[in-house]
Amino acid sequence: MLTRQDTAKEIHFQQLAERHKRRVARERWLPVGLFLLTLLSVITTIGIVVVLFSETISFFQRVPIIEFFTGTVLKPLSQTPQFGVLPLLLGTVLSTAIAMVVAVPLGLMTAIYLSEYASARWRKFLKPALELLAGIPTIVYGFFAFTFVTPVLREWIPSLQATNLLSPGIVMGIMIIPMIASLSEDAMRSVPNALRDGAFGLGATKLEVTRKVVIPAALSGIIASVVLGISRAIGETMIVTIASGSSKNFTLNITESMQTMTAYIVEVTGGDASAGTTVYYSLYAVAMTLFVFTLAMNMLARYISNRFKEEY
Amino acid sequence: MVTRGYFRYRMITNQFARFAFLAASLFGLLVLFVLLYRVIEQGAGWLNSGFLTGRLSTQPDQAGIKGAVFGTLWLMAVVIPLTTMVGVGTAIYLEMYAKKGKLRGLIQTNIANLAGVPSIVYGILGMTLFVRALDFGNIVLAGGLTMSLLVLPIVIVSSQEAIRAIPSFLGEASYGLGATKWQTIKSVLLPVALPSMLTGSILALSRAIGETAPLVVIGIPALLLPIPMNIFDKFTVLPMQIYYWTIDSSLLAEYANLAAATIIVLLTILFLLNATAIIIRNKFEQRF
Repeated sequence: MLTRQDTAKEIHFQQLAERHKRRVARERWLPVGLFLLTLLSVITTIGIVVVLFSETISFFQRVPIIEFFTGTVLKPLSQTPQFGVLPLLLGTVLSTAIAMVVAVPLGLMTAIYLSEYASARWRKFLKPALELLAGIPTIVYGFFAFTFVTPVLREWIPSLQATNLLSPGIVMGIMIIPMIASLSEDAMRSVPNALRDGAFGLGATKLEVTRKVVIPAALSGIIASVVLGISRAIGETMIVTIASGSSKNFTLNITESMQTMTAYIVEVTGGDASAGTTVYYSLYAVAMTLFVFTLAMNMLARYISNRFKEEY
Repeated sequence: MVTRGYFRYRMITNQFARFAFLAASLFGLLVLFVLLYRVIEQGAGWLNSGFLTGRLSTQPDQAGIKGAVFGTLWLMAVVIPLTTMVGVGTAIYLEMYAKKGKLRGLIQTNIANLAGVPSIVYGILGMTLFVRALDFGNIVLAGGLTMSLLVLPIVIVSSQEAIRAIPSFLGEASYGLGATKWQTIKSVLLPVALPSMLTGSILALSRAIGETAPLVVIGIPALLLPIPMNIFDKFTVLPMQIYYWTIDSSLLAEYANLAAATIIVLLTILFLLNATAIIIRNKFEQRF
């Protein structure tokens, strides 16, 4: 039997339920609005691809695609312009290679030290300090390469030009150390201790455990970190722009000035190439090449770390 | 075959390796130290109130970076609201509303790929789209929109991580009290996630402050510009100033000192931002 109080409660609950329903109904548009915000990142990708692709096609209507990818001479501003991308590709590959020669051993050794050797306290100090190194803007590294590293290197290598590929390559490597170190360390630390203990129990030294247990177990993560480092070096702009100059040499001599793809883009845009000229379109062809390269590297890194991930 | 000699060899290489690994990890710190020392030694003498409040000049001893400081501030005035709104909104959609499936995976992969696109490519997008197609010219708004696109993936990912780190019982308790989804997000989840979202945004912001390449592509001239007063003015920023003074230092050596002084200002700003982020993280982050 319902009392008067119960009826009042009933009515109150009904009101609340009504209000809740109204609120839910009003909220229905929310996911739609949020979805539109989410679409912005998809639109950005489409924007990049469309812009690069359409202008690159305009470029290839003026310069044959074969000439672009096989030409060893890049003279965009001469009377008889030539648009071979190989000097830029070589510059990018060489500077990336120098950076990796520096960053891979130092980054991996740092990762090993942090993950296997360092005490908790020491690690707590070292890691943020390395993050500081990673947080320094690339323009500052460019300044450092140009005004410090090059003059110092010239003491040892007198033939080194004022702008050269060696110095920015080394500085780029130093810039990438924290990235490789931190990603590899994550991979090594996720190797379970049981594996290490097993090897220690068999009488292995710490170095042997690191070399024969930890590194093989963390290999996919380590390789992925190196691939990401390569991608970062390929896309790095300011260091090479400042310290490597703008000579479009096609040479293996890293003591000379050479230009990378990124530095070429800076030079052409900074020179205010008027829209519609072949030089202007060449910008997009180079950027497209750069974009494809870095995208491929990033996807490769993700594939490696997903495909060969060891689950424990 | 186990001999004593082999045992000793193993022990010695072990010790040697330990030393080598330590040396390698200290190398990074050494470079950091040399870099900071060099910059401070070169630039500290040029840092004075005249330098901070003066306008650009071709005369090194009269040049100041007021314009660049204002440009950086105006740029942030565009980047902060835009990236926060879109970044947090996207993170809420992906974590709270999107159904786990192909579309969500695709968007997530897309964001990860965007984070790996070189900054100079964003510069080309901004130059083509904002500066030329929409005909903004090289004003603060064009630079700010470009920078926003560049750091957006970072903000999205860090906001997602912040939401994911919230224990599910908080949301469930809120639903149990009859709150709707949006009420739960607005009044329960976002306040909890705020500190780590803020930390992520600040770190993204410091990336935008130090980034140079996209702005070079957009075409910030090395001219003596008036101080920007709103987002529709032409502008320059601290990193651009460092860039021009560094490449001009082969003409006049003093320009390198100006670049070094500007670097000190830039690094100080970045340091303060990062310190703020760390303080926020340590002070307000709740553990469950």
